[in-house]
Amino acid sequence: MQKYSFLSLIKNAFSGHKGWEVAWKDPTPKKEYDVVIIGGGGHGLATAYYLAKEHKITNIAVIEKGWIGGGNVGRNTTIIRSNYMHDENGLFYEKGMDLWRSMSQDLNFNIMFSPRGIINLAHSDAQMNAYARRGNSMRLNGIDALLLDREEVKKKVPVLDFSDNVRFPIFGALMQPSAGTARHDAVAWGYARQADSMGVDIIQHCEVTGFDISNGKIQGIKTSRGDIKTKKVGLCVAGSTSILAEMLNMTLPIETHLLQACVSEPIKPILDHVVTFGAGHFYCSQSDKGEMVMGGDLDGYNSYAQRGNLPTLQHVLTEGIAMFPFLSKLNMLRTWGGIMDMSMDGSPIIDKTHIAGLYLNCGWCYGGFKATPASGFTFAHTIAQDRVHELNSGFRLDRFSTGHLIDEKGLGTKTWIS
Amino acid sequence: MLYIKCPHCGLRSQNEFAYGGDASVKRPELNKEISDQEWDEFVYLRKSPRGKHLELWHHVSGCRQWIKVLRDTSTHEIFNTYKSEEKVG
Repeated sequence: MQKYSFLSLIKNAFSGHKGWEVAWKDPTPKKEYDVVIIGGGGHGLATAYYLAKEHKITNIAVIEKGWIGGGNVGRNTTIIRSNYMHDENGLFYEKGMDLWRSMSQDLNFNIMFSPRGIINLAHSDAQMNAYARRGNSMRLNGIDALLLDREEVKKKVPVLDFSDNVRFPIFGALMQPSAGTARHDAVAWGYARQADSMGVDIIQHCEVTGFDISNGKIQGIKTSRGDIKTKKVGLCVAGSTSILAEMLNMTLPIETHLLQACVSEPIKPILDHVVTFGAGHFYCSQSDKGEMVMGGDLDGYNSYAQRGNLPTLQHVLTEGIAMFPFLSKLNMLRTWGGIMDMSMDGSPIIDKTHIAGLYLNCGWCYGGFKATPASGFTFAHTIAQDRVHELNSGFRLDRFSTGHLIDEKGLGTKTWIS
Repeated sequence: MLYIKCPHCGLRSQNEFAYGGDASVKRPELNKEISDQEWDEFVYLRKSPRGKHLELWHHVSGCRQWIKVLRDTSTHEIFNTYKSEEKVG
């Protein structure tokens, strides 16, 4: 594989940029693989990468219905954080933070990781107490957390509305300084390029149409480009999980919902951090191009449409303007939607299933992007060793029937309750 | 914007409604011995189909009745709406 460097950039500049190799090949599917990963999004590509790198399994196919970077890995708002209270989540996402910090070097691809810090605003004394508790829990797990008072927030984010006539005055905030953003396309491309170089076949425009199961064991999959034999299949298809589950006669504790995001026209640097509204569901950061990147609630009803509806956008941006009054003067550049695999407790599932050789990775809700490296790392371990890694041992499929829910925020599919 | 025909009030905008999830889910009978598996199915497990989906909506800013809506989850087309006690078939 051609290494990307300053020197290779200069060399190719002098030859008219005609010497660059393709980042990954376009192979025809083979008849048989050791492992097939369904879903060529961030999680699927990361899983293939860690299977090859950590477990030396390279006879792998990643099957993608669309194209690399076209799903949720290219539709999210690029936020990376590990500000969770429960151990299962905190330790898992903090492992992810370690992987994020070295990712550009590991993948030889600039993912533009920007640890600019995330600030969760608090709007009451009770919320400050809850944040103090969450911050302390984070610190016990080795995650950095700072409790900011109103004056400290004002210094860091002066464009927030600190006037007296607001409905939800700012009392303070919880900050994770090591959190930040990364360029999401680069994450998908970087993993795809490295996985490809280690021998993984990335097969795009190939839809899975069925599974071959006998004696409770997976034998292969059927696709729009022919049947593929394999003993191990990993499902990494986010919002499409329930569609594949139906083919497998499984009913899962997830529902597919629609989530929108939007960006404004680009403006000069005004916001140095990722900031979230504490009295509703709205968050905002500024991209390197200067656009304000914003998101909030689900549209609120089951949906497989990758496009949103205006009432939710209006609701979300009303909160945005309550937080940052200057947003009302900006034009909207673009809005889009993606489909989320909402689990019933708001936490993910990475586990084996009752079918031998079938592994499940789903339930990422609002936050799949930040989990990309940790999800790939632990899912690769689960597939290669046929047992869960200690970091995903809490993300069990049967936790709903046994009562071991991880109710981080009490947020699941039932948005009408929260 | 979705427009939902409330069987009591007529065609109204989505803004007047709150969503209530899959309408095909049945609560286990009262006073019956219920296994963990049955509770799991009722509380957590959902088909979440792509295509036709019968679901509950609450006309919360209108007549405040719960209604059933048959809607396509990939196109958002609404085929029909029913009163809560009405048989769908």
